[in-house]
Amino acid sequence: MGTAFYIAAAVAILSTIMVITRYNIMHALLYFIVSLLSVAVVFYLYGAPFMAALEVIIYAGAIMVLIIFFVMMLSLGSQTAGEERSWMTPGVWIGPSILCLVLLGELVFLILQPAGPAGEVRVVEPKEVGLSLFGPYILAVELAGMLLMAGIVGAYHLGRQKKKIVHRFLQTPES
Amino acid sequence: MISPTTAGLILAGILFTLGLISMLIRRNIIFMLVSVEIMLNAAGLAFIVAASKWGQPEGQVMFMFILAMAAAEVSVGLALILQLYHQLKTLDSDEASRMRG
Repeated sequence: MGTAFYIAAAVAILSTIMVITRYNIMHALLYFIVSLLSVAVVFYLYGAPFMAALEVIIYAGAIMVLIIFFVMMLSLGSQTAGEERSWMTPGVWIGPSILCLVLLGELVFLILQPAGPAGEVRVVEPKEVGLSLFGPYILAVELAGMLLMAGIVGAYHLGRQKKKIVHRFLQTPES
Repeated sequence: MISPTTAGLILAGILFTLGLISMLIRRNIIFMLVSVEIMLNAAGLAFIVAASKWGQPEGQVMFMFILAMAAAEVSVGLALILQLYHQLKTLDSDEASRMRG
C-alpha cells in the first residue's frame, strides 16, 4: 500500500484523461488498455489477485480486442479523427465537465468525512469467492449465464447482414 | 494520511466522473460505449475496495457479475453500432436522434 497505490492510481487517472481527450479512436483504446492494467494493479494491492487476473484477461484481453477489431473492421481511425476534432469544441465540453467535477468534489468531501476506525486491507482468497459464488449466489450465476446467452443471440441477430433483395429485371447480368 | 479504503473510493469516484464526462461530451458512438466501460470499471473498483474493507467475498462476486454484464453489453452494443453504421453511414449519435426510417 502507500506509494505503489498512488503510482498506480496516478497512471489510471492520467491514462483515463488521455482516453477522453483523444481524437483518434485507436489511440484512445490503447490508452484505455493502460488504464485497465493499472486498475488491475490496484486490485492486486487491495487483496484481490484473482480479480486482477480476470481484469487483465477479460477486460484488457477479450473486451478491448473485440472493440479494437470492430474499429479495424469499420476501417475508421484517421478518417474520423478530423470530424471528432470538429465535434469537440470547448463550448461542448466545458459545461458538462464543470457540473461533473462539482459532483466529484461533493463525493470526495462526503468520503473524507470522519467515520469509524479505518480497517486494514484484508486479502480475500479466491477460494472464499468460489465458495460464495457457487453457494448462496448460485442463482445469480445461472442468471449471468442466461444473460450471456441472450447477449450472444442478440449480437448474432443484430450483426447479421440482411440479404439485399433486388428484382430480377434490375439485376445486372453476371459475366 | 487517508486510509486505503478512502483512497480507493476516491479513485473509483474520479474514474467514474471521467467516464461520465466523456459520456456527456462525446458524439462518436464508439467513444460513448468506451466511456460506459470506464464507468463499469470504476464501479467494479468500488466493489473490490469494499470487499477488502470488510474482508468478505461478496464484493468480488459482484465484480464477476459486472464483468459478465460488461461482456454481454459490449457484444450487443457493437452489433447495434454496426447496424446503425450501415443505416446512417456515420457514427454521429445526433444523426440517430431523428428517428427516421
